[in-house]
Amino acid sequence: MSAQVSAAPAASFGRKALDPRIELLSWILLVLAMVSVPLWGSVYAVYMACLIAINVIATVGLNITVGYAGLLSIGHSAFLGVGAYASALMWLHLGTPLAFNLVVGAVSAFAVGLVFGIPALRIKGVYLAIATLAAQYSLYFVFQQWTSVTGGDRGLSLPKIDVFGYGDTGFYYVVAFVALVATLAARNLFRTRIGRSFIAVREKDYAAQVLGINVVVTKLVAFGIGAAYAGVAGALLAAFLRIVNPDQFTLVSSVFFLAAVVVGGRGSILGSILGALFMTMMPDLLREVIAHFSSEGADLASLLSPVREIAFGLLIVLFLIFEPRGLVGFVDRALGRAENVEARQEH
Amino acid sequence: MATDILDVAGVNVAFGGIRALSDVSLRVPERSVTAVIGPNGAGKTTLFNVISGFYRAQSGNVMFAGADLLSQPAHTRSGVGISRTFQNIALFPGMTVAENIKLGAHAQLRANLFSAMLYLGSAASEERAIERRIDETVMTLLGLEEFRDSSVSGLPYGTQKRIELARALISQPRLLMLDEPFAGLPTAEKAKMAGQIRKVVAETSVTVLLIDHDMESIMNMSDQVVVLNFGQVIAAGTPGKVQADPAVIEAYLGAEE
Repeated sequence: MSAQVSAAPAASFGRKALDPRIELLSWILLVLAMVSVPLWGSVYAVYMACLIAINVIATVGLNITVGYAGLLSIGHSAFLGVGAYASALMWLHLGTPLAFNLVVGAVSAFAVGLVFGIPALRIKGVYLAIATLAAQYSLYFVFQQWTSVTGGDRGLSLPKIDVFGYGDTGFYYVVAFVALVATLAARNLFRTRIGRSFIAVREKDYAAQVLGINVVVTKLVAFGIGAAYAGVAGALLAAFLRIVNPDQFTLVSSVFFLAAVVVGGRGSILGSILGALFMTMMPDLLREVIAHFSSEGADLASLLSPVREIAFGLLIVLFLIFEPRGLVGFVDRALGRAENVEARQEH
Repeated sequence: MATDILDVAGVNVAFGGIRALSDVSLRVPERSVTAVIGPNGAGKTTLFNVISGFYRAQSGNVMFAGADLLSQPAHTRSGVGISRTFQNIALFPGMTVAENIKLGAHAQLRANLFSAMLYLGSAASEERAIERRIDETVMTLLGLEEFRDSSVSGLPYGTQKRIELARALISQPRLLMLDEPFAGLPTAEKAKMAGQIRKVVAETSVTVLLIDHDMESIMNMSDQVVVLNFGQVIAAGTPGKVQADPAVIEAYLGAEE
């Protein structure tokens, strides 16, 4: 067999699938870490953990659309807004329970996502990204101008939620549980025909058609699922912050999630988790760094906000140049699963 | 006389002013190997793309097992039992060999969004079933076991050709269309590829329609040869008959004054 002429054993080709035992262990460690946060952490730590978990859900969703299906979207936060408003309105007007509101948030964002996913059927890449700006701006406009429903710029205020009488800790566990289920569901999706069809459409849509994949349906579903994840995240965000207003769902926020996807690793669930974790923690990390270099507290606050934006942009550029696979690339290398494409091409 | 599984009748395709196919007709008998040959630009891949549903024919019909194909969109081909490979291998480099082959069975798998996300019951059991089928059939048939969980990118060219063939076979198609299966292969691998194709035809009920330039392989393994030149069928029949046809000799060797 001439394939063996190249002498290298199969293991040196490409990236092997992760050992299931290592993966199971990682999931268990993740659950333990999530469960234990309120036990050792401060109130602020629980607050941050909540925010991270919500951002993980949204980032996983965006990664399904952008990373796996290859449909570039810079309107993701608008779908968070749809979920947030839909669930807040249910809660305020009908008094429905949180679990039901999450479903409403997901379904409404899915539906809106399908509509704004239609341009993806005709255009790709940067052009599609511009088209998704339409979602961003038109939905922002609706949030802001439809005052009778959305409360305009002031937004909607929500009552405090109390889960089983455990207050903030109880709510954190709800968020953590939803994040875990959403992440596992996304991981499962890519073990099946549906997830594979997303990747196939991203890589070679003509070959996907030959294999019986309906490219139109696949692209719409990929866009819809990404939006549905954003809807769940938005519904949780509404319950968490107890306020919903248009300025939570701006372009800057969409870029934040896109940065989380790129920094974490496109087309990777682990990457989505790492990216959301990193991006949510970054302001705090930056504050630490700045505090380390400056002694005066007054300079800090004025420095922080412009530096934050610059640091986001810089990070994306640095990752694109030096590690296009994102943080997950570092993890792969640490586990000895690096793809080593360059090394192979030298033979 | 075997029945014809594919019947291409009077197909015309033009791109702007260029006629890529003019009045092309051919029949592919069931459980046989039919080869389409012809010089570069003769319209062979165009014909494949019409059958696949990528190009629209201005006129003409393509019937598959008695049903009209041209009115159906491209993604319905796999479901009715037509699979194909591509001239410049169309594998998905980001996925493993096993995942690529699994995609070949996409149209036969049924998992919906919810069962897929929960990965319980039907979704999980159909994944295990397709994995078993891949391991037991195409992996051994095409000698791909050692590459099963490697990613496709970086594998040798000949191996990638066999992976693409495996992906086309896993759906147990009735018609297998191979676009240049021998191109770029060393002589030893050409013979092996031809042997594997004939073995599949003998062991399953598949019909093969293939395009290639490699005269020796085609003449040795085909039951019927169709010759295209400038978008027209100039000869069709058994390899022996076609080789002796003056029109074919002229197209390949140039006209004698």
